[in-house]
Amino acid sequence: MSDVEISAARRLYWSVRRELWENRSIYLAPLAVACIVLVGFFIGLFALPARTRAALALSAPELRETIQQPYVIAAIVLMAVDLLVALFYCADALYGERRDRSVLFWKSLPVSDLTAVLAKATIPLLVLPLVTFLATVATQVIMLVVSSAVLAANGMSSSVLWAHVALVEIARINFGHLVVFHGFWYAPFYAWLLLASAWAPRLPFLWAVLPPLAVGIIERIASGTTHFATLLQQHFFGGPDMSSEAGSPGMTMDMLAPHPIGHLLISPGLWIGLAVSAVFFFGAVRLRRARGAI
Amino acid sequence: MAYIEARGLRKTYGATVAVDGIDLHVEKGRIVGLIGPNGAGKTSALNAIVGLTSFAGDLRVLGRDPWTERATLARDICFITDVAVLPRWIRVSQALDFVAGVHPRFDRVRAEALLATTGIRARSKVRDLSKGMVTQLHLAIVMAIDARLLVLDEPTLGLDLLYRKRFYDTLLADYLERSRTVLVATHQVEEVQHVLTDVLFMDRGRIVLSRSIEDIEARYHEVLVHPDRLATARALNPIAERQGVGRSVLIFEGVDPQQVAALGEVRTPSVADLFVGVMSGRAAQPQGVAQ
Repeated sequence: MSDVEISAARRLYWSVRRELWENRSIYLAPLAVACIVLVGFFIGLFALPARTRAALALSAPELRETIQQPYVIAAIVLMAVDLLVALFYCADALYGERRDRSVLFWKSLPVSDLTAVLAKATIPLLVLPLVTFLATVATQVIMLVVSSAVLAANGMSSSVLWAHVALVEIARINFGHLVVFHGFWYAPFYAWLLLASAWAPRLPFLWAVLPPLAVGIIERIASGTTHFATLLQQHFFGGPDMSSEAGSPGMTMDMLAPHPIGHLLISPGLWIGLAVSAVFFFGAVRLRRARGAI
Repeated sequence: MAYIEARGLRKTYGATVAVDGIDLHVEKGRIVGLIGPNGAGKTSALNAIVGLTSFAGDLRVLGRDPWTERATLARDICFITDVAVLPRWIRVSQALDFVAGVHPRFDRVRAEALLATTGIRARSKVRDLSKGMVTQLHLAIVMAIDARLLVLDEPTLGLDLLYRKRFYDTLLADYLERSRTVLVATHQVEEVQHVLTDVLFMDRGRIVLSRSIEDIEARYHEVLVHPDRLATARALNPIAERQGVGRSVLIFEGVDPQQVAALGEVRTPSVADLFVGVMSGRAAQPQGVAQ
């Protein structure tokens, strides 16, 4: 029999597809929430002409903020969904296959543990941010087009919308935010959850939360300080610059402020975080090899 | 090159010794039955062979270390472990897509042809299939992989008699068709004995008997002894004795068939009877000094 070689990339591709088959919430959750956002937005549309008229009296920056607000909220809501799905996904990724014993089937196939765990890691690092990005852009385009139609139906010009909702600019910032912040900046959290998921005899979330909690408590009692807890909190709620600016955590996406994605990319926090992620990641790979079905 | 070569293979879980330093030698083209009671260490030995578990001692499978080279070896080894392990959420078509996507030796057309003879539809999810159907699906996937070595651990556990028979018939037909090498562990000896070329009896982590079927035929004789000659027969040190209808059935190892023919009808013991004989002989021995 001709022994066709299969590239590592192809094995990774099928492993990622496998994850999407199993975890349909990866794309269904953002889509469902996008629909909910749209429904809420549509219900509020009857007041749009009046609101737009009132907004026209505002100063330029206020006008811009008022007009853009629903679009920014839509983006933030979808980001929150991205984070929520990512955390739940990671906690179950390497635990679920041991619990249902399917790991014995996957391991009977020529896919290395490295490829399998890498495929799982790409979900929160790349796939979810991209899916969320596309869902966000689609939602915002629909919002803008439908709003324009509503204004036109009321005999108003929609130019005020198109002038102030800079879709391409919002999309660019949103993309950077999702990929850099939700992908790479949060990588240590995802990798830690994957490690806990590969290790936990049961209740992976609990196993993920207890060790950091224990470290925090020990530090607090032993030295009276809270460096570890502060470190985790700062990393979770934003980059070094993000949290300081106007006291707003990184989760908010102020379209007016110069965006700190560039700062984030050169911040040591990101790179130290990625190094820590790599350690957790290879730990998860080793554990997947060593730990069998539950 | 031997397909499986183990020397002093050992696996412990804490203080429990599952595999107690066994030697194995499986050549290409054999169908080896690994037979033993529950807890004999069969699964631990097989898991080491297919790379699912770490081990101590020397073990080479197709010339490789299964623990460090599992993914590479998986191209040439197929295995089915003792319970249904296909994920419940997967569709039949997805399972075939995935295996076709990652396995260079998977023949999808053949898998679909095998599935066509069952009632399994491509759109079905595994969770909607009966236990027998899930096993048939797994078997269809495995049979469509042109692997050099097939490792089966209690493949028919929990299946009804019809499925079990069909399973081994398919296995045998497939073996004859492409001369595979198979290692199958089971404690349901009657079902596999007609397909085996070799048997390995395992008990308490040790191999207690390792012979080819021809070897067994030449070496072991079962004699139906009339009660009158029972004392004479027992003097020849049978390895096992059981009561038949009007006759005692004694199994002898390494005796001259001509000599025992005088005692009664001589035949080759079934693997099952030999297994029972060997195991009950061992059961009489105290634990720990078993060889």
